[in-house]
Amino acid sequence: MSDAVVVEELVKTFGKTKALDGVSFSLPEGTVLGLLGPNGAGKTTTVRVLATLLAPDSGRASVLGLDAVKQAEQVRRVIGLAGQYAAVDEKLTGMENLRLVGRLYHLPKAEVLSRADALLERFELTQAANRVVKTYSGGMRRRLDLAASLVNRPKVLFLDEPTTGLDPRSRLALWEVIEDLVRDGTTLLLTTQYLEEADRLADRIAVVDGGRVIAEGTSDELKDKVGGSVLVARPSSPDDADTVASVLAALKTGEVKRLATGELAVPATGIALVAKAARALTTAGLEVSELGLRRPTLDDVFLTLTGHLAESSDVEDETP
Amino acid sequence: MTALDTVPGGGLRYAVQDTLVLAGRALRHTTRQPELLVFSTVQPVLFVLLFRYVFGGAINTGPISYVNYLMAGIFVQTTAFASTSTGVGLAEDLSKGIVDRLRSLPISRSAVLAGRTLGDLVRMVGVVLIMAVVGVAVGLRPSSTLGLLGAIALTALFGFAFSWISAWIGLMVKDVETANVAGFVWLFPLTFASSAFVPLQSMPGWLQAFAKATPVTPTCDAVRAMLNDGLPLQRPLLISLSWILGVLVVFSYLSVRSYRKVA
Repeated sequence: MSDAVVVEELVKTFGKTKALDGVSFSLPEGTVLGLLGPNGAGKTTTVRVLATLLAPDSGRASVLGLDAVKQAEQVRRVIGLAGQYAAVDEKLTGMENLRLVGRLYHLPKAEVLSRADALLERFELTQAANRVVKTYSGGMRRRLDLAASLVNRPKVLFLDEPTTGLDPRSRLALWEVIEDLVRDGTTLLLTTQYLEEADRLADRIAVVDGGRVIAEGTSDELKDKVGGSVLVARPSSPDDADTVASVLAALKTGEVKRLATGELAVPATGIALVAKAARALTTAGLEVSELGLRRPTLDDVFLTLTGHLAESSDVEDETP
Repeated sequence: MTALDTVPGGGLRYAVQDTLVLAGRALRHTTRQPELLVFSTVQPVLFVLLFRYVFGGAINTGPISYVNYLMAGIFVQTTAFASTSTGVGLAEDLSKGIVDRLRSLPISRSAVLAGRTLGDLVRMVGVVLIMAVVGVAVGLRPSSTLGLLGAIALTALFGFAFSWISAWIGLMVKDVETANVAGFVWLFPLTFASSAFVPLQSMPGWLQAFAKATPVTPTCDAVRAMLNDGLPLQRPLLISLSWILGVLVVFSYLSVRSYRKVA
């Protein structure tokens, strides 16, 4: 399997801000890489370089062996890009948007029409095909944007935060669509701030922070970096949190962590710990609504690797 | 990469085709934005009625009727105002990420700017045609059909040149609201302080000097001379065409340069 995307030591500075500080990664054909990081980490800038929208100060980016700077025109023929802001034309209908893109790819007339119809069908937009995009919901816009990026049957697809700002239901629907694409063999580079999204869609994850890749691997490999499983208990009432914590501490497996979700966690040694904890809690007369073993989440991974939470950076990942 | 680079293997044919496709998109926008159509026609129609019936009697325009004087100015002002939507549209495409999408496609770089200004040119011809009909309805009597067509052509060319100024403003400010204000505010004094609505002789000397130094006055004079036989045509026409050419050269250069920078 050869690499569809190769990024080597990319550096890009905007004024005094170093957006990219030596980003490197590669993406084998037919696989999905998730670039995971907070706002301002450099994810969008990396995608803009690969999509030929931005020239790096130094370093190299290539798609299917084509240099993103020197062979930009050829790169544009083989890629599809769906951006953070759903770059569809609000004043045109869904159909017109797809036909416009088809014409600009210089597809034969008949194919412009059939491709637009097929994509509208596939993304369940046929009913809304002749409506102006302004009237679309956020989820419909993203689906149309994704459809537009597929008009030329790209070999490599870049999705820049495809579900940011969507409600949970639309997000789930879009994930299913993306999973379908991946099943068809599209090579996909996905950027996201959502750990859950990277976990679900990506084969491999590159954690990006401060313009660099700080860790890379499969979701499991990254989770292993943080350590093994944890025992998680959710007190029935938040008032019980302290007493539940002291019961868990008495199990003597390690430090009790209070998660942002309201759960309490301790390092777990094995399934027997669950029974032990259940007995101890019952003896203490405490009720918990959840109790069980869990692998560390990517949230835990991110916190461990970067020292800050994934969504807590206030720097914008914006290019001027 | 130059501003005019084309698609390898596609060449000039694709550059022209892309420009036409994008011009079609800009035109379709016009039909989808009724407020823009209303703005670019109702406002000048109101001006025609106000100037024709409120001020008309008080303004001495010598040998020709005031309507015949006024309509030249209305044509020019209408296209100048209509040109502002070029920059607003570009700023909108930039802020919404549409320019990014277009740039990720294998199209000629010049097509995005050329397509929009070309689409806006067609729209401006339409607007001037409507104004001509309105003018005839309130008493405009052009000396010849050829003169009327020439007047429409020169006005559209003038508006085309101004839409490149507008394009540059839109690319500089990048924000739709700012592009709207910045594109419009300077056109008010520029078009009113000219021979558009009243003869220069009625203005104070310093204002006359300013009015003569802008592209609006010679263009109005040339359009007026095409509508009315007997007025001097050659000199204002030459000055107007020189302005149009100069504005086109300077602002297409500046626009392409800022386009490459922002994009």
